[in-house]
Amino acid sequence: MNTLPALRIAGVGAWLQGAPDWPSLRSVLLGERGLADTAPVKPAANILPAAERRRAPDGVRLAAEVAAQAVAMSGLDAATLPCIFASTHGELAITDYVCETLAHAPLELSPTKFHNSVLNAPAGYWTIATGCTRASSAITAHHRSFAAGLLEAAVFACAEATPVLLAYCDVASTGPLAEMTRTTLAFGMALVLAPDAAAGARLTLALDAAPAAAPGPAGLALARAAGDNPANAQALLLLAALAATRSTRQALSLSSGSSLEMEITP
Amino acid sequence: MPARIEPLAITAASATSALGRGLAAHLDALRNGRSGLAPNDFSSAPLDCRIGRVAGVEDAPLPAPFARWECRNNRLAWLGLEQDGVRAAAARAVERYGATRVALVLGTSTASIGATEAAYRRLDHGHFPDDLRRPEIHTPHSLVAFVAAATGIGGPALTISTACSSSAKAFASAERLIRLGLVDAALVGGVDTLCDSVLFGFHSLALVSRTGCRPFDLGRDGISIGEAAAFALLERVDAAPTAPRLAGYGESSDAWHMSTPQPDGRGALAALDAALARAGIHIDAVDYINLHGTATVKNDEVEAKLLPRFPARARASATKGFTGHTLGAAGALEAVLALLAIEHGFVPPSLGCARPMPEAAAWLALQPEVRRIEVALSNSFGFGGNNTCLVFTRGEPA
Repeated sequence: MNTLPALRIAGVGAWLQGAPDWPSLRSVLLGERGLADTAPVKPAANILPAAERRRAPDGVRLAAEVAAQAVAMSGLDAATLPCIFASTHGELAITDYVCETLAHAPLELSPTKFHNSVLNAPAGYWTIATGCTRASSAITAHHRSFAAGLLEAAVFACAEATPVLLAYCDVASTGPLAEMTRTTLAFGMALVLAPDAAAGARLTLALDAAPAAAPGPAGLALARAAGDNPANAQALLLLAALAATRSTRQALSLSSGSSLEMEITP
Repeated sequence: MPARIEPLAITAASATSALGRGLAAHLDALRNGRSGLAPNDFSSAPLDCRIGRVAGVEDAPLPAPFARWECRNNRLAWLGLEQDGVRAAAARAVERYGATRVALVLGTSTASIGATEAAYRRLDHGHFPDDLRRPEIHTPHSLVAFVAAATGIGGPALTISTACSSSAKAFASAERLIRLGLVDAALVGGVDTLCDSVLFGFHSLALVSRTGCRPFDLGRDGISIGEAAAFALLERVDAAPTAPRLAGYGESSDAWHMSTPQPDGRGALAALDAALARAGIHIDAVDYINLHGTATVKNDEVEAKLLPRFPARARASATKGFTGHTLGAAGALEAVLALLAIEHGFVPPSLGCARPMPEAAAWLALQPEVRRIEVALSNSFGFGGNNTCLVFTRGEPA
């Protein structure tokens, strides 16, 4: 069996500077409008209590924002949703801070920044803010981080017969590390995937025992628009398919030898 | 409660830690109460504490074809793969099922961040030095990408990074992939290495013991940081009916605080209950619990609240006094130690615990004990309130 049962896309969230939610990003993807140039630089992340929001690093704010949007659209209770947080690089600004501080004054390392540096910081802040006691996870797979997170979330939803929240986010890189991590903008998106037959957009995933074809010109343009971050481009590919009016198939690279085929019926 | 699952066979397993390379070294140390902790000699400005360092990593470069993955964490991964036939077993699974029908799911908290730290210490006019200009090691996925290359595994390849529960959760993710029929086998495990981030990071949180960790001791005063590589190969039971089994697992979130556990232990209990439900095993059947037992004041206080749920005959111990807290590798390392306890019929002691907390004393093994173990649990709790409990059982009689 290589194909998973179809899942309903019960909720969608998105944030990109200039398109701070799914309806506005959808319009951008459909070419109906451009990115707003007077947009806030940081996501609102109002689901986090004020004190937590002040302490939260950028990636956590981004994840909380898109996750809250997707859950609100789904009409489900965040406290009941197992959640998977995926990211290519995690909190790049904090990694830069930690490495810089360790190089010069290791004893001055901030304890808050240290615990914010873990890849599961978004999962921690989210479950604390929403009172979610279900399983939470943090996934990464370098340039295939979105595909890996999507597979993990879909597999969880099918195996455990429960709706699942997936949030995928990356923040812009900074400092000397930027030459190695190369991601030039903050982007996040979230999905609530439900294993039920209710009306709505549907996602069918299959594992294909062949590497995904190299992206064509459209794919390369998408990757550039996605801050030179290939996993961002994977996520945008799904969102573009969801914005379209007819059913489409796309293949995402999943590992050196396999790909994730997705069929999306908006 | 989750439904019962079919158990999976563990057809190969190994661990490499401060106790040595491979299962025999671990068995010997656990039976003889020999700790791997030693004075901290790691980093340019070592903190005054004890660490669990793997000997000889510095002298074990990666084979030439893997030079682009070169870093301490991947060296330790390679050392770990070479013990007890793990790499050969993975190759057999690839041969038997096909490369894309085998998954790779590994946990790590810091992956090769040590290499990124080194680059920042040696910046050349603001740029990484030439030998470290390799994007593949400055990513938390460095470990999995390297192990995929080293084993030829071509199926889903996933890094789980939920701090100290990372490699315990790898067992859960892999089970779901196998249960849904997407793959036929999975290499799971975890690798974390000593680096400044964790040594100075836990120091900044005032969680590091100066004299060595003492899990569940009344005078416990923090963790000792260690490093390890541990792996297990999971296949369906019909592939190896007599092999020990992953019978269940439970995952939960505390929804409480980023760096301290929920005080009444509700989160940990939810993981335990879900694990036993998936395994279809009553708590009274549990013989041994490998506790998370970090030796912080809070962790052990909260975890001790679980113990009265177990039968009086159940034995429990924390093994971090042997290995140190190996963070993202701890879940897999301690799973392997629980498997050793089943296979060899003994309970490892809670090394470092001289004056046990009274509320835990009835269950804690302070000395190695000989006893048949059918059902062993392993607890792992991570930052952000991320909890996992694994259940292991004996296979069919040979």
